[in-house]
Amino acid sequence: MEKGKGVTIGRRWAIDFTDSSTSPSSRDIPDPPGFSRVSVELDDSSLSRQKKDAESNWKLQKAWEVAQAPFKNLMMMGFMMWMAGNTVHLFSIGITFSALWQPISALQGVGKVFEPFKDKKVDLLGPKLLFIALNLGGLALGVWKLNSLGLLPTHASDWVSSLPPAQEVEYSGGGIPL
Amino acid sequence: MAIRVFVVLFILLSSSYTISSLYEDQVGLMDWHQQYIGKVKHAVFHTQKAGRKRVVVSTEENVVASLDLRRGEIYWRHVLGAGDVIDQIDIALGKYVITLSSAGSTLRAWNLPDGQMAWESSLSGSKPSNSFLLVPGKSEKDTVIIAYGNGCLHAISSVDGELLWKKELDEGIEIQQLVQPFGSELIYAVGYIGSSQFAAYQINADTGDLLKYESEASPGGFSGEIVLVSGETFVAFDATQTHLVSVKIRNGKISFQQTHISNIVDNLSGKATLLQSKLAGIFGVNVGTYTTFVKVTDEGQFVVLSKTSHAAALSDVLPISDGHFAFSIIQLDGDKIQQTVKDVEDWGNDFLIERIDMTEKRGLVHKVFLNNYIKTDRSYGFRALVVMEDHSLLLLQQGEIVWTREDGLASIIDVTTSELPIEKQGVSVAKVEQTLFEWLKGHLLKVKGTLMLATPDEVAEIQKIRLQSSGKSKMTRDHNGFRKLLIVLSKSGKIFALHTGDGRIVWSQLLRSLQKSEGCEFPVGLNLYHWQVPHHHALDENPSVLVVGRCGSKLDNPGVLSVVDVYTGNEVNPWGHVHSISQVVPLPFTDSTEQRLHLLIDTHGNAHLYPTNTEALEIFQREFTNVYWYSVEADTGIIKGHTLKSTCTLEVEDKYCFSSRDLWSIVFPSESEKIIATVTRKPNEVVHTQAKVMAEQELMYKYISKNLVFVATVTPKASGEIGSATPDESQLVVYLIDTVTGRILNRMVHHGSQGPVHAVFSENWVVYHYFNLRAHRYEMSVIEIYDQSRADNKDVLKLIVGKHNLTSPVSSYSRPEILTKSQSYFFAHTVKVVAVTSTAKGITSRHLLIGTVGDQVLALDKRFVDPRRTANPTQAEREEGLVPLTDSLPIIPQSYVTHGLKVEGLRGIVTIPTKLESTSLVFTYGVDLFFTRIAPSKTYDSLTEDFSYALLLITIFVLLVAIFVTWYLSEKKELEEKWR
Repeated sequence: MEKGKGVTIGRRWAIDFTDSSTSPSSRDIPDPPGFSRVSVELDDSSLSRQKKDAESNWKLQKAWEVAQAPFKNLMMMGFMMWMAGNTVHLFSIGITFSALWQPISALQGVGKVFEPFKDKKVDLLGPKLLFIALNLGGLALGVWKLNSLGLLPTHASDWVSSLPPAQEVEYSGGGIPL
Repeated sequence: MAIRVFVVLFILLSSSYTISSLYEDQVGLMDWHQQYIGKVKHAVFHTQKAGRKRVVVSTEENVVASLDLRRGEIYWRHVLGAGDVIDQIDIALGKYVITLSSAGSTLRAWNLPDGQMAWESSLSGSKPSNSFLLVPGKSEKDTVIIAYGNGCLHAISSVDGELLWKKELDEGIEIQQLVQPFGSELIYAVGYIGSSQFAAYQINADTGDLLKYESEASPGGFSGEIVLVSGETFVAFDATQTHLVSVKIRNGKISFQQTHISNIVDNLSGKATLLQSKLAGIFGVNVGTYTTFVKVTDEGQFVVLSKTSHAAALSDVLPISDGHFAFSIIQLDGDKIQQTVKDVEDWGNDFLIERIDMTEKRGLVHKVFLNNYIKTDRSYGFRALVVMEDHSLLLLQQGEIVWTREDGLASIIDVTTSELPIEKQGVSVAKVEQTLFEWLKGHLLKVKGTLMLATPDEVAEIQKIRLQSSGKSKMTRDHNGFRKLLIVLSKSGKIFALHTGDGRIVWSQLLRSLQKSEGCEFPVGLNLYHWQVPHHHALDENPSVLVVGRCGSKLDNPGVLSVVDVYTGNEVNPWGHVHSISQVVPLPFTDSTEQRLHLLIDTHGNAHLYPTNTEALEIFQREFTNVYWYSVEADTGIIKGHTLKSTCTLEVEDKYCFSSRDLWSIVFPSESEKIIATVTRKPNEVVHTQAKVMAEQELMYKYISKNLVFVATVTPKASGEIGSATPDESQLVVYLIDTVTGRILNRMVHHGSQGPVHAVFSENWVVYHYFNLRAHRYEMSVIEIYDQSRADNKDVLKLIVGKHNLTSPVSSYSRPEILTKSQSYFFAHTVKVVAVTSTAKGITSRHLLIGTVGDQVLALDKRFVDPRRTANPTQAEREEGLVPLTDSLPIIPQSYVTHGLKVEGLRGIVTIPTKLESTSLVFTYGVDLFFTRIAPSKTYDSLTEDFSYALLLITIFVLLVAIFVTWYLSEKKELEEKWR
């Protein structure tokens, strides 16, 4: 290993922070004063277990965080919708459709979102359910907005507005004599 | 504050209304306007002085006009009202046109060069009578005009119209002629007292003193009009119409001479009539198809001069300078007209005989007006103004027709439309290349115009291109359906096809079946109906129209039927004279050749089916029980409904004839109600939907029925002029009546109102216009009809799966519950006629087209006559487009469809849908014709005509170039980056 020298052409120097070797003699540079390598001198097995625990904890925590992220989004969307008002124009339609599209795309990529936190020890069901629920909530908000804009065919008028007039059985003509 | 907010809101809202106005340079792009004068009654030439040679005419449409003698163009024109019939015209002082009108009670002078009125005086009298006008001499020192009207002789100064003297003639005398011998100061007024007395007055023209009065009884009596033969000789028929009587006044003595008509006319067939032409010493007798000229000698004897071989028209006698008098005889001989100008003194001497080819059939010659001029070689030339049977006006000079005017178009009876033929395939390459070049050039010019780079010359060029743009006068169908044929029936029995693109006459045809013939003395055209409109499987046939007419004006006269090919103008299948026709009911069925079935009702209540073929009969028999009709008897105040019973029981068996029976009748109380108007929906109107969606997604179902009639009645006392009844004794009642069952769906009373009522019925609403006597203003009311029995159909799920009966056929017997909404508004204009725009699918909102008393057409958005209008509409209603209620309807100057033009004597507005849903064609007729197209909701389905396609193409091209350039640049840059 050549330390301090660039491996590629572009690099002039590099420090490998992950270097965990204990013997200072293997380095070009002496340890800084007061630095001791005792802390890492631990039992190998306990070290790895502890490390894994911490990692899975961290992953779970992260997963919950990710699962809760749509909530913020939801709040923001709600605010935007309130701002957009109930008249149909470019802005309100844009907002509404993004409010519909975001949850749908998020739901499509549920697996992908939680991919990094996948672990045997980590139970991702809770975060996933929360994530889905929040996104569904977002979707519902979008649909509600769509409805309040009057774009959902929920009224009778939406179904009969293009109904042609009924035909008449009888036919009558005439009037004042020519 | 609230008011201010309201006003601001209102201004904002009203600025959003669609206004169908146009820019100055758009005038004439899609509209055309044609001016006519009608059938000429009198003509006076004004050619003595140098300068513009003109002829002043008065017509049966009550127009007085000055025409250019060189080209026939109108210098000026005045249309007097329908009640102001022009009796006579003349020229006085060489600078005034004098018109006597309204049965001799109004005398007006119009300035000859520009047509401005110089003075007007009204002549009063005690009783209605004939009217005569005498403008003595043509010299400038004679300033007294003698007018007879209402039983009084009036002398009026032609300088200022002041009444000089007035002389009431004895009651009981019926004045027939007013004569002033040339250069004399005496006036003779001759006429009948009773049926056998001949009376003559001699009056001093300067003072009005009665100098002499003579009367003498003739043994045979008199009938008909008196013809003036010379200054003191008159000719008339006796009471039995078998003898000619000559009357001579000499030295105050009246003497009679009688001759049996057969002494003058041999082989007398038909009725003899005297020709009303002022010939010196000569008169003409018309018998059958020829004319006999008779000279009256000094002793009152008749001497037959000659006979023409054809029916002839005579002009009045025209003095030529050296004591000679000339007159013109015009005869029609096949497709040639023969003009003979004869010398009155010397019968054998003809000044002129000319034969002129008539390329077009114009029927008989009705009137001739002769005028002379001096040629460069000092000989006399003659020009004759000829009025033909089809009301056209020709000027004959030097053996040719100098100009013609199609003035039959001033008296249109009915209008219908037809599609043009489909464009044939196969356009030559050269044409394409040429048009492509032209197209590009035109668009480049347009781009220049848009970018304000065009020079004035180019601007003119652009305007020219726009005017002749897009082949709007081509004889084929266009994509948008703007090009059509207007089929027009005129009073003269002539049918015209006008092109909607530029208004030119494509063909015209004097209908043979509407011409005078044996057994049909006075045929009149009544209506036009679509007979055959081929589409789908009968495309190789030409469309045709059915012309319905009648012999004479009485209802029980025999009817005339004729089918006219719309592309050629030929009469295809003239049935000729048939049974009497009181109603025509076009049925909604067609046979396999797309001929529409028509039911013609005669005065006996029998129904006759047309076309007469077995297929039509089969189709009709299938629908036999569902065909009804109704008749409105306005005189007796009865509306009756009828249904068909069985085939007729006539002597001759006719399987196309059906007898009928009365089904219902509505009798209006004759002492309180008189029918003044009935309106129905147009049978070909298309309605898009039966539902009306209102604010907050509320839903109402329209009651759409074609079997509805709107009837307006007024108190008989108030059926006259406005102001003839007080508000307390006048009321207007409007009804909506189902014409199948006779059920009165709605009745509404407007107290203190009276007619005339002008109404329009469309979809589920009626708008009508009447006079409110209490408010002293015109009002417009609207009634909208909704079907309450359908209102329960509000379950969304049922509607989604289609479990409803909203589209199943309905019967009038199912007793629908009706809900009507109504509202009234003041309207500033007096209205002549109301119509409504119609579009192909009925989606576009509608405009009311109101023909105003000023002969203009105003477009009024239907939103203004919406019964749901309230003073303070809610936010949702505002969003829906509901206009806040105001007490009167706004008149927006920009929404005049006719912009700056006038359609004089406006009588009708016809709207025609185009293929483009947004657009409707409007044809307005009266004395003038006007055509335009309007888009009530703007042209939302097409780009505007002046849209610059070139600019669009250039933009696209530039963008494409930019894309390629930037793509190339970015590629290059990336490569450089990689090499670094």
